[in-house]
Amino acid sequence: MEFLINLILLLFLSAVTVAIIGVRNLFAVVVLGGAYSFLMATLLIAMDAVDVGMTEAAVGAGVSTVLLLSALHLTKTDESPARHSNVLPIALSVLTGLILVYGTWDLPRYGDSENPMNTYVGAEYLERSIPETTVPNVVTSVLASYRGYDTLGETVVIFTAGIGVLMLLKGRRRREDEDGEEGRRS
Amino acid sequence: MRGHLILRVVSKLLIPFLLLFALYVQFHGDFGPGGGFQAGVIVAAAFVLYALIFGLRATQKIIPPALLEVAVPLGVLIYAGVGVLTWSLGGNFLDYGMLDSHDPSHGQHLGILLVEAGVLMTVSSTMLLIFYTFAGRGR
Repeated sequence: MEFLINLILLLFLSAVTVAIIGVRNLFAVVVLGGAYSFLMATLLIAMDAVDVGMTEAAVGAGVSTVLLLSALHLTKTDESPARHSNVLPIALSVLTGLILVYGTWDLPRYGDSENPMNTYVGAEYLERSIPETTVPNVVTSVLASYRGYDTLGETVVIFTAGIGVLMLLKGRRRREDEDGEEGRRS
Repeated sequence: MRGHLILRVVSKLLIPFLLLFALYVQFHGDFGPGGGFQAGVIVAAAFVLYALIFGLRATQKIIPPALLEVAVPLGVLIYAGVGVLTWSLGGNFLDYGMLDSHDPSHGQHLGILLVEAGVLMTVSSTMLLIFYTFAGRGR
């Protein structure tokens, strides 16, 4: 049953991917991107990664769709036709894909108890989280407590992204209407 | 947006529940899936929905961009501040056990709560600020 669900979800995912490549209307591409994220979130929940699935649904399907739509608002809605031949990019993508598939041969089997994930530090976290922190959701205790440094780094990354967007977009706008807002303020 | 009666009514009904759900995700992160990142994005999504229906200007009246520009670094400072606090109490950086001298596990809960609050603040205000900046340029 689980195999069937995964198979259907993966088939949907590849159908959406092919559609994203084929469609030239960017609005449709953004909406399909949201659908891709929702399918991905469902797949992650089927793999018991509830926290990741939740993030994918909220960030991938929710906020990034809105951000892409508002970016689309500033440009044209149709992709301009390609100026160069597509052969080289397609060959490069297929080659990269094949290398990645070749890489998966060395991955440990999904859900295997002999996985490195289950034999080294992961088991340690599961054993020690409840006695040490009494937090039942081990994902949270790892994220916020054991790996607090990493999460601090992630927060700083988001902070940096915010500053970057502000510096790139807000500054230029201020110069454009110099007599408007800025003039009144000084 | 004058028309779109159904959209306006439905979004007015939805937004309080979205914010409530965000708080649930935030404070229930110790016990179920969720945490500051997810809750922050849900908070931002609620206000983005409001902006899509009622316009950017009305949203900026509720949450002015200047407030967001303060909240983005403040979240990081809260997070790092907890680390400095545990330092000053004699522990390692972000060693939450130091926050409660009687029971380290209480300190862990408190530390995770504070840190997640910082994450919520930075994530939600950054997302909203990016949306404001993009949407504000189109006018």
